[in-house]
Amino acid sequence: MSQKVLDALKATHGGAIDHTESQLGDEIAWVKRESLLAVATWLKNDPAMLFDAPVFATAIDRLDWRPVGVPLVQHWNETKPRFEMAWQLRSQKHRHRVRIKCALPEHDARCPSLSGLWPAFNWQERETFDMYGIHFDGHPDLRRIYLYEEFVGYPLRKDYPKEKRQPLVRRDDLPINPIKAADREHK
Amino acid sequence: MAATRDITSLKQLVLGRKDVQDLTDEEAELPPDLMTINMGPSHPAMHGTVRIVLTVDGEKIVKGDVQPGYLHRCFEKESEHATYTQVFPYTDRLNYVSPMLNNVGWAMAVEKLMGLTTSIPRRAEYIRVIVGEISRITDHLTCIGASAMELGAFSVFLFFLKAREWLYELLEKVSGARLTHSYVRIGGVVKDLPEGFGDELSYNLDQIEKVIVEVEGLLNANKIFRDRMAGIGAISKEDAIATGCVGPIARSAGVDYDVRKDYPYSVYPELEFDVPVASTGDCLDRYLVRMEELKQSIRILRQCIQQIPGGAIMVDDPRVALPPKRDTYNTIESMIRHFKHIVDGIKVPAGEAYTFIEGGNGELGFYVAADGTGRPYKAYVRSPSFVHLSTAERLITGHFIADVVPIFGMINMIGGECDK
Repeated sequence: MSQKVLDALKATHGGAIDHTESQLGDEIAWVKRESLLAVATWLKNDPAMLFDAPVFATAIDRLDWRPVGVPLVQHWNETKPRFEMAWQLRSQKHRHRVRIKCALPEHDARCPSLSGLWPAFNWQERETFDMYGIHFDGHPDLRRIYLYEEFVGYPLRKDYPKEKRQPLVRRDDLPINPIKAADREHK
Repeated sequence: MAATRDITSLKQLVLGRKDVQDLTDEEAELPPDLMTINMGPSHPAMHGTVRIVLTVDGEKIVKGDVQPGYLHRCFEKESEHATYTQVFPYTDRLNYVSPMLNNVGWAMAVEKLMGLTTSIPRRAEYIRVIVGEISRITDHLTCIGASAMELGAFSVFLFFLKAREWLYELLEKVSGARLTHSYVRIGGVVKDLPEGFGDELSYNLDQIEKVIVEVEGLLNANKIFRDRMAGIGAISKEDAIATGCVGPIARSAGVDYDVRKDYPYSVYPELEFDVPVASTGDCLDRYLVRMEELKQSIRILRQCIQQIPGGAIMVDDPRVALPPKRDTYNTIESMIRHFKHIVDGIKVPAGEAYTFIEGGNGELGFYVAADGTGRPYKAYVRSPSFVHLSTAERLITGHFIADVVPIFGMINMIGGECDK
């Protein structure tokens, strides 16, 4: 649908684009982290692109990525970047959409913030920081948004157990369920 | 005795035994310090639970730090551990005022991943549009009713909630549950509409139209209502786009964007309806746009009742459709298929997709990554309430504390959807 956006991206920023793909009608451009801000600024301001409307920003943790029916080379392993950041953009005038993605290694999970270009990403990047622990350089107000400050860890990472509990207030007055307590010890 | 005390002594009392003429200009001013006030998390005018730390200069808001998260129920984490069908009850609890629309959004996201988008039976598509538009009406009725109540028009709240209850009862007949329907399934809907549904819906729509006329008479020319709404919380067209506003809020600011028209899905291209767009982007325009959308939804529903075809309500595809109950109990193959469906879930091929529909508050999207198993690898919901709430600070700054109430009412922040 918006293949021309990907073609234009490759033509003007060939060195900054890792590769592009189309999945089920969604156009995706993988952008190198160091040139992300330049590409994003161009996408927003170029009259033929004019991506003025932000849609969403989120991350994917590829730690458990072993898809069924897909060759082993595409599965995640330690040599590949663990996180990927995705920003979906929309153009109010041209009606096209594109998703820009950025691969982030596990031990250096940080990337430039796009909240300066699109204010809506301010909260969405805060949410991503809250849930995945990805740091956004240049974000004006990077703090947790859903969880409380004392929370340890990042709950949407694949290595965060679903059953783990972190109550803010300890309730010693409540009766202890021995099965649950043993379960917690085990974890 | 207070009654006999003359005005001069009163002044002395108030001003610390100084006469007003004796004060310097600086002393006569109120203390200029800014004050911090907590509004919420539990506050009668905060829909759901949200906390705003207001910094006020007198009555004027200088800064408002909006803090959501009190209703966070780990939608995404829970979805990653549930089968695709088990996610439907979670989506019910996102926007709990229009659960059907969330159901439809999730079903369409999974169908896009499976390549089923074009093969859904037409009757199922029509049923989805019908229940979706009913949900849009309940969403708008709640939003307008609650906002009007907060501004003192309690009758409007009662009228609209009465109307909403008729529709909830109707949806209860359709799905079996008043609020958390879980009615839509991947590939269709769970069961057909009940006998006589069309007539009952037509009757209710006529009644609701009467209620809308009544409420318009109560509000549209009401001086108190207009004074509290007009010019309050305005947002420009450019700001509305850049901050990600969609739905009635963006349309009230002049952004002509409705997913049903701009990226048509389902059977909307076959239906005739208008998208109301206003210009000033203040609370009054948001109210007017929502009122007009109510009428347009009624118009869509009337056409659907006329046009709905007969036929299947579930796609004939063994990957997603459960076998008929008769076969499940009588043949081993169907029994196994049923078991695999329920326990392993629907197998969705690896890939990722973003699907969006026009929800009650605007573009409601699901960004799903599948890894070929029966459970989503990632399920992200692009909730309009969350994006709209992030503009709240911009909207309330410079207004009075009392204006937070109509601004918040018209943002229509739904706690479940915003906090996920």
